[in-house]
Amino acid sequence: MKRVSAWVTYLQVAPLALVFLLFLVVPIATIVVVSFFDYNTTQIIPDFLLQNYEELLLSPVTWRTYLQTIEFAAITWVLTLLIGFAVAYFLAFHVRSATWQTVLFLVCTIPFWTSNVIRMISWIPFLGRNGLANTTLLQLGLIREPLEFLLFSDFAVVLAYVHLYTLFMVVPIFNSMMRIDRSLLEAARDAGATGRQTLWNVIVPLCKPGIAIGSIFIVTIVMGDFVTVRMMSGGQSASVSLMMVNAMSLLQYPAAAANAVVLLLLVLFTVAAMMRMVDIRKEL
Amino acid sequence: MHGRRGPAFWLLAGFFGLFVLFLYGPTLTILVLSFQGPTGGLTFPMQGVSMHWFGNLFEKQMVGDFAGSFERSMALGVAAMLVTVVASFSAGLAFRTRFRGSATVFYLAIASLIVPSVLVSLGIGLLFRVLGWDPAWYSSAFGAHLTWTLPFGLLIMFAVFNRFDRRYEEAARDLGATSWQTIRHVVVPILLPSLIGVGLFGFTLSYDEFARSLYTSGTFNTLPLEIYGMTTNVTTPVLYALGTVTTAVSFLVIGIALVSVIALRRRRERHGSDAGKAA
Repeated sequence: MKRVSAWVTYLQVAPLALVFLLFLVVPIATIVVVSFFDYNTTQIIPDFLLQNYEELLLSPVTWRTYLQTIEFAAITWVLTLLIGFAVAYFLAFHVRSATWQTVLFLVCTIPFWTSNVIRMISWIPFLGRNGLANTTLLQLGLIREPLEFLLFSDFAVVLAYVHLYTLFMVVPIFNSMMRIDRSLLEAARDAGATGRQTLWNVIVPLCKPGIAIGSIFIVTIVMGDFVTVRMMSGGQSASVSLMMVNAMSLLQYPAAAANAVVLLLLVLFTVAAMMRMVDIRKEL
Repeated sequence: MHGRRGPAFWLLAGFFGLFVLFLYGPTLTILVLSFQGPTGGLTFPMQGVSMHWFGNLFEKQMVGDFAGSFERSMALGVAAMLVTVVASFSAGLAFRTRFRGSATVFYLAIASLIVPSVLVSLGIGLLFRVLGWDPAWYSSAFGAHLTWTLPFGLLIMFAVFNRFDRRYEEAARDLGATSWQTIRHVVVPILLPSLIGVGLFGFTLSYDEFARSLYTSGTFNTLPLEIYGMTTNVTTPVLYALGTVTTAVSFLVIGIALVSVIALRRRRERHGSDAGKAA
């Protein structure tokens, strides 16, 4: 076989590498640099100060916000994992014809291609004070007053996360399940395993890579989110990114940058911990 | 796995049904409510049926610059689609050989996926500010969107090339094709359905992207920014009309992609592989 000369390979990968360099590496480096800058009400001043970090880390608000963000991420992770696993399990092991499998899989993925903002808005007629949920419950006589916590609450935030992002769990877990050799399941049954034992001792361990990839997606998305928190909590909850966005709107760029660096470190450590469970390149 | 369906099947099937209802229910509701009569509000009951709010959408003073932001988002989506397809495909080709720095580029792609969108947006925004450049939807926002669409494109191309039978290429080369001819007449036609998939990712991820546009789009809003702005100051069903229109566009794009993939597959079944026959 003729060897492709090295420069052709580099040329082929150059556009991609260049985009990541210019629009990922350099901007992140900028954030790190600016996080040490000084600022006043009108401008940012190049400097090397630790003050932005001091102010950030010494404020109890910061810690509360980080805790809340981690809490949102944890709750969403558990819920999407349970729902995503059940949905993927149904598709992979209970739907028998390949055509139906494809069709149902597509049905699950199509909402992913539509706008998140719109999908959040679409909860208003359901959860609002005069929304479908309250009207129905009132008519059934289950409640006397409309429930106020449905829209603009932590409940609504988590609901929206699950609604928007469960798909990120379904797809990788489904992918892992489809690679499980079906004769392993037969072997388990022949060896006397009950359905539950097969599930727990054979299927779940073999799905670990899929679970890890899905978890990475969910955790990083929720930790970096501010739109959902702002829209669904009606300003009553906070998230780290929201804190950053607020600092940006007050033109406190170095403060926002310091917060961004801390958030980035947190996300990277979490992902590194999860990556230990899986070799992503083997999963494709 | 064989024989009659047990209770576990029906339980899971019921759960799956509820999940689908959960996914689609809210969107279907706003679809219905966007046809709300002129006196109707944001929730049921419907006060008659009308196209009033769709008409409202196109009156410029009512909802800001819907038409302009729609055009920008479309242009941005198409540009992101083209670059994503070409750059991912070409990088996918490169990654089939080991080259120095391949691990770095790979981990950059992964990093691009897991670094929260708002940080990318913030970083690019700050960079432009420090350099004294004005961010604009066709420069900084375009780059920001590519950092989101390219990793997806690259990962799909990895999966595709892992399943690609290299003997087709070897056969082409044995028949005297140059490497360019091999790619043009053998590899691309065989992989066309996957490339359409990558294009679909490129377009819709860009078209719907909010956080990465926030600090990068400059003076003129893209559509998701415009919609987000509306949620804070519009309290009429015109919001739903906008939702219906953008969702319809998304579905149209998905539909076109699906139909062309199915058409390609049909054609192949009829003619066998058309690899090498392309003019």
